[in-house]
This record gives sequence, structure tokens and C-alpha cells, in this order.
Amino acid sequence: MTDASSNTPRLTTSIIEPDPRTRRRNASERRFRAYGLAAIGTGIAALIFLVISIVSNGYTAFLQTYITIPVELSEQRLDPQGNRDPEEMARVTTFGYAPVLAMALQSHLIEQGIPMDGVNPRDLMAMISQEAPAQVRNLVLANPEIVGQTLDMEMLASGRIDGYFKGRVTLESAERDSNVSPAQLALAAAMAEAGLMDTRFNWAFITGPDASGQRPEAAGLGVAILGSLYMMIVVLALALPIGVAASIYLEEFAPKNRFTDIIEVNISNLAAVPSIVFGILGLAIFINFAGLPQSAPIVGGLVLTLMTLPTIIIATRASLRAVPPSIRDAALGLGASKMQSVFHHVLPLAMPGILTGTIIGLAQALGETAPLLLIGMVAFVREFPDAPPEGLFDPTSALPVQVFSWTQRADPAFVERASGATIVLLVFLVSMNLLAVMLRRRFERRW
Amino acid sequence: MPLIWIIAIVLALGAVGYMLGRQRAMASAGGDIRRLHSLPVYYGTNVFLFSVVPALLVLCVWLMVQPSVIQSRVTEMIPESAATSAGELSLIMTDVRRVADGLDRAVGQGALTADEANNLRAEETNIRESLGAIGVALGSDVTPEVLSAAQRYRSLSSAGNLAMASAIIALSALGFAYAYLRTTRDFRARNTVEKAIMAILILASSIAVLTTVGIVLSMILETADFFELYDWRQFFFGTEWIPSFEGGSELGLLPLLWGTLYITIVALVVSVPVGLFAAIYLAEYAGPKTRSIAKPLIEVLAGIPTIVYGLFALITVGPMLRDYFAEPMGFGTSSSSVMTAGLVMGIMLIPFVSSLSDDIINAVPQSLRDGSYGLGATHSETIRQVILPAALPGIVGAILLAASRAIGETMIVVMGAGAAARLSLNPFEAMTTVTVKIVGQLTGDTDFSSPEALVAFALGLTLFVLTLGLNVLALYIVRKYREQYE
Repeated sequence: MTDASSNTPRLTTSIIEPDPRTRRRNASERRFRAYGLAAIGTGIAALIFLVISIVSNGYTAFLQTYITIPVELSEQRLDPQGNRDPEEMARVTTFGYAPVLAMALQSHLIEQGIPMDGVNPRDLMAMISQEAPAQVRNLVLANPEIVGQTLDMEMLASGRIDGYFKGRVTLESAERDSNVSPAQLALAAAMAEAGLMDTRFNWAFITGPDASGQRPEAAGLGVAILGSLYMMIVVLALALPIGVAASIYLEEFAPKNRFTDIIEVNISNLAAVPSIVFGILGLAIFINFAGLPQSAPIVGGLVLTLMTLPTIIIATRASLRAVPPSIRDAALGLGASKMQSVFHHVLPLAMPGILTGTIIGLAQALGETAPLLLIGMVAFVREFPDAPPEGLFDPTSALPVQVFSWTQRADPAFVERASGATIVLLVFLVSMNLLAVMLRRRFERRW
Repeated sequence: MPLIWIIAIVLALGAVGYMLGRQRAMASAGGDIRRLHSLPVYYGTNVFLFSVVPALLVLCVWLMVQPSVIQSRVTEMIPESAATSAGELSLIMTDVRRVADGLDRAVGQGALTADEANNLRAEETNIRESLGAIGVALGSDVTPEVLSAAQRYRSLSSAGNLAMASAIIALSALGFAYAYLRTTRDFRARNTVEKAIMAILILASSIAVLTTVGIVLSMILETADFFELYDWRQFFFGTEWIPSFEGGSELGLLPLLWGTLYITIVALVVSVPVGLFAAIYLAEYAGPKTRSIAKPLIEVLAGIPTIVYGLFALITVGPMLRDYFAEPMGFGTSSSSVMTAGLVMGIMLIPFVSSLSDDIINAVPQSLRDGSYGLGATHSETIRQVILPAALPGIVGAILLAASRAIGETMIVVMGAGAAARLSLNPFEAMTTVTVKIVGQLTGDTDFSSPEALVAFALGLTLFVLTLGLNVLALYIVRKYREQYE
């Protein structure tokens, strides 16, 4: 025995001095661990990069450049008949208002001694948003008595001028841009110096309606937010009761047979169906077959309800299962019927979990875009919908769809708008998820 | 009578029924609750349910059936010479509805009296102009046929609405009376109410089945229409995708399928290693503190809506890949590409892979680890040679689920992958997917009798079958190969 091993050198191992093989194995251990860390780092870095990219592109959408000048609302142009009758005055279109604003701006610049080198009156007008005449016209038609007065008016600056103050448009890029000239930018800078132009928080971005492709500066999210809200109301009103009823049946009453098996398999499969397929369903059944109107929140709400149901059912069943059987047994032992034990005892105890699941389901539905594209939500909608229930049938947009339709427009200012809308969407989602977490923390109960 | 009023009346009847039913029960027991079979609440609820539920169910059915009945009755009035095809007929019917709506509005605004609206003659008045004056724009002049059809439409629908209102309210009252008269001391109200609630519960749970049936039926019917207009062999084996709404389109599935698979592969190449290593680290190495921070952060990625990823691809990742990789290396100048969409989708899928794998790795029993350590294996050797093989079926299942997500994903590819259908290997080139084309063919005004629109349903069915197949396969693998531990 001892002879056999005496020929070969004895393998010496020491804890202090590891042999090469151990060192190799330890190195590979460290490498493996580093891969894991790197993977987590990659995931978190991607998240941070995404958030930074969206926020840095989008925060400027909440700021807007306004021009404030005194405007003389000349009677001769705005009310040629002179009788202050809004119906007669409505004949003056926005084209009639544009020169009034242009002249006001020009004369005020001269008065203030701001030089207009290389900016002809046409270019000057182009610095004011095309939306401004319409705004002034609405103001005048609503208050006919202000015609003839000189009022300080606050008007949107055009998208390119606004971009200059936000750093999107520079003197170099203006050289190559047919929509704006360096001279206009120089004038804008001078006007800002004189206090005629300033950039501040833009409530209209959150409350105002969408605007056409030529006036990104006036585009707002009001209709989209309202549309999303309406859809969430529909989803909540349908998905919560149906989901809870279905879960109660499946968890508490369902016998084990073919029918309930089919339902169970169905629910888990529905959760994995691509969202766009629900859009096809909505188009084929709700719009083409049932004849509901396109772009209506009711259709969007129905489609999103079907999508959210599996989420709510899965969450509800989990929280019903978490209620210990002793509660049911105690209720039954005191003479309650099975139905009473469920509705009076199990369901209230499961409620926090159900609500949490519902909020998470709603948050998912709020961010969903693809099915809404198919039911016509991409349409350009400027009118606010009526109050529910009639408003549920009016055309609207939705927050995520508004993001998409803004990315499809040519003007680069819409990139900023789309990112800003995404920020709004993310703020809603984060607050809903925080609410869910808080509910869970507050009411969570360990049995 | 507006719908909302009918519903309100039915609900009011129900509420009154609740009160009266309860009262009657109490009265029949002489005010002594112990002599009743059920609690008083159940007697009230019983009357409420009988007056409300049947009425509302019939209302739903009526609302669904009435428009199609009216439609078919009015369609008979349109002479065959005016509408030679189904498409033309539907256009005419749209006109009829608009004229009818316009007349309704004119009557509502007082521009016309009800009699005038019914006796208008297209030969005598210019309907288009008079409706235009009250804000109803019509595309073309109104022909006498359309006008008379519209008048018929109006009279039918107002008659229908009246019949509906009276039928529903009568039904509600009938249910009320029936339940009310049955309310006596010995009536088993609780059992009746519980049976009704049970029926509602069963109905709610079958909605999931109904949805699936709806999905499958709507797609199969339209797909069948499509294959009548377009050869199925050309659809499944065609290598060209050139839709043109004038006809003569090439609608081959292969380029779309290739784009879909290519992007899915890129997404999996990104997400599987990252997700898997993240899961291994979180499950095996990370302490509770790291885990409680890193796991939710990674899972936030799953909660971000896909439109946000799409925007990220469009404004950040796409231009970056183009400027730093594609253009310097001469691969192309497009910012939307397979790489863009795949990379962003890969980021989206990281949490899917990681949280599923995390659960599966955690489910491997500790005894296996202890045995491996006892034999002298290092931590990473244990993971590679013991834990991963034991968790493999679950991990494969997780990857298949992620792949099915990637195939069905829409917004990222719509905004990141481009719209050009081509069969190419260059990952920096714009390609398109099945989902992009579904959106493309169905968005906007589409004529649902043309193969160019109907192809979207065939694409949708393909997508549905593909993702369902992957899911079923994933579940099968997980179930079949799962190691059973005690």
C-alpha cells in the first residue's frame, strides 16, 4: 500500500496556499458571481436609461413659451357691422384675426424699440402660433364687449420659437430649416430680454385638446386623459364584479368536472393571448357585429375588460384561497348557509387582496395600446366627450394612443410632446401601483 | 323613451319591490321574525331580483336584435338596381342611417315637425341643404329611395323603441307581481335568492369561455371569407407582401413570419442570459437586502407599458444603433431595424425570464444543494451541475412563455421595426412582423370585403394559433419533465 504511492509525488494541499486547481475553481466561482451581478446591473441600467431618456426628452413639454403683448381689438376688423352681435361677428374667420395680432406685435416692437432686422411682417406673424388667432377669436366671441379695447393678450409662440428657448432649435439648425430663420430667433431672444416672451408651466398640455400637425405648441392631453378615464370607469364597473363573481364560483362552489376544467384552462390561456388579438375581437364583434361606434370609450372599455378579467380573476382567487378554512367552518357551524359564509365572511376578508389585484389590472389596462389602435382610437379628436353615460359613446382618444399618434407626426416638436405624454402616463401608473402597495401593506393579514 | 329612463324605471320598480316584499313577509309573520323561513332581507331581495333581472336580460337581447331586424326590413326597400354589391349596399345603408339621424335631430331642434319629417319628398325639398343647415353633413344628394328608406327606418325604430319600453316595463311589473304574491311566511326566499346568485356566478365565470369562443369565431369566419377571395397556398407560402387597395395584391405570410421570428430570436438572445443570470444571482447569491431592492426594480420593467418601450426604441435606441453601429459598419442607414426592436423587446422580457426562473430555482429543494456542497463542489459548480439541470424544464417553459410574448408584442415592433416586408439576414435592416401588418391593414377606414383588410384576420388567427401553441407546449414541458421532490 505505501509502496504504490511512494513513486508519485504526494499531493499537498494547504488552506493557506491553494493549489492551481483550487485557484482555477475559485476564479470560475468569482466569474460566475460577477456574471450574475452584471446581469442585474444590466437590467437596472436599462431601466434607468429608459427613464432618463423619456424624462430628458419629455420634461420640456410641460413648459411653453408665451408672448404677452397689448392687442388693440379693432372694431373695424372684428365687428364690421358694429352691432356686437356674436352671430354676425362669427363671420370674421381666424384669417381676419391674424393681421390684427401681427399688427399689434409689430407696433409694440417698434414702441419698445426692439429692432426687427431681417424679419418681414410675414415672418413676424409666423412667430406667433397659428392657434393664437383662434384663441383670440373665441375670447372675442364669448365677450363681444371687449371689441374696441386694447388688452394685454397672452399668446402661444410658434413651435420653432418655443423650441429655441428649450434648446431644441439652435441658430445653426435654423439656417437649414425653412420654417424658421436665425433672424427670427435673434428677435425672439430680444423679446425675451424685454420681457415680452417667457417660458413657464403649461397647464394646457394636460388639460387642452389635441392640435393639428402644424401646431405642436397647442397640442394637449385633455381629451386623451378623459378618454382613458372613461375607459377605466367601464373596466372597473364591469371587470371587478364579473371577475369577483367568477372567482367566487371557481374557488368556492365549482364542482370538479369537465365544465369547470374548461373554464380554468380558458382563463389561463386568455391571460397569454396577445393583446392585439383582443383588438381584432373588439373590431369584429363590438364594432362590425354589434354596431357600436368607432373610437368610443365604451368599446375600448369592453375590450380592456376582457383583457383585464384574467388578471383580476387570478388575484381574487389567490386572496380567497388565503382566507383560512377555519373561518368558513366557523360560519357554517353557526348555521350560515354556504353562500352566507362566503359573502359575509370570506369575501370581506379577501377584499384588500382583491382591490390590490384590481388596481394592478387597471394599471395594465391603462397602458395598453395595441387593441385600441384597431378600434379606431387613433382618430384625431379635438372635442371633449360629454359626461357619461352619453359620453361613453363619443369619440375620444386615450393616453397611450395619443403618445403613438404624436410619434407618427412629422414635426420634431411632437417627439417632446409624446415623451411628455409618456411621463403623464407613467405618473398615473406609478401612483396606481403605489396605491396598490400601500393597500397591501395597510391591510395585509397573516393568518 | 331614452334607454337610461327604462333602466331607471326598472331599477325603481326593483327598489319598491324590495321594500314591499320585505314588508309583506314581516306582515305575514305577524311582525315576529322568528316565524319567517328566511331573514326578511331575502324576501325583499327576491322581489327585487324578479323585477329587475329578467327585464334587463330581455332588454340586452332586444337591443342586440332590434337593429339587425330593422336593417333587414329597410334593406328590402332598396331596389336591387341601386345596390349591386354588398359594399354598395352598406354604403347606402350608412346614408340611410345618417339621413334618419338628421331628421331626428331636425325634429329635436324644432326645425321640422314630426309630420313634416315623415312627409318630406326628395323631389320637393333639398334634404341635403336643409340638413346641412342644422349641422348634419351628407356626402351626396339624397335620392328618393334613400329618403323613403330613412323615413321607414325612423318609423320602425321609434315603433321598436316604444314596443321595447312597454315590453320591458311590463315584464318588470310582471316579475314584481309574481314574486310579491309568492311572498308568505313559509316561502323559502333564501334558497330562491341563493339559486339566483349562483346562476349569476356561473354566468360570470362562463364569460371567459365566451371570450375565447368570440375570439376564435370572429377570426375563423373572417379568415374563411379571406380564403374565398385569396388562395390559401399563396398566403401561407408566398414570399412577397405587396398589398395594394386597387386589387392584385401579393399577400404572402413568409416575410412577415421571418421578421417576427428574427426579432423574437434577437429578443431572446438579449433577455435569456440576462434574465437567467439575474435570477441565479437573486436566488442563490443575493442577501435579503439586495434581493429586496433589486427584484422589485427589475420587475418594474414588466410593469412599463409597451408603448413606452416603443417610444424608447423610436427616439433613443434606434438612432443610437444607427449612428454608432449600422452606419460606421456599413450595414444600413435605417433607425428602425430588427436590432432596435429586438434589443428593446429583450429588455422588456428580462423580468419575465428572471421572475419565472427565480421561482423555479427557489423550488429546487435545499437537500440537493447540501448534498452537492457536501461532496466539495463550489457554489457555482452546484448551480451549474445540480440546480440548473433540476430546474431545466421550468426554465425552458419560462423561455417559451417569453417567446410567445415576443411574437405577440405589437407596439415595440410598430415603432421600432419598420414596415417593409423583406426576407433578409441583415439585422440592421427594417423588417416587419405579423402584428405590425395587422395594425397596418386594419387602422383607418377599411373596406371589410377586400382581401387586403380581411388578411389581417388570417394574420390574427396565425398569431393566435402560434402563441397558443407555444403556451400549451410550455405548460406541457413543465408538467411532463418536472422532477417530483418530496
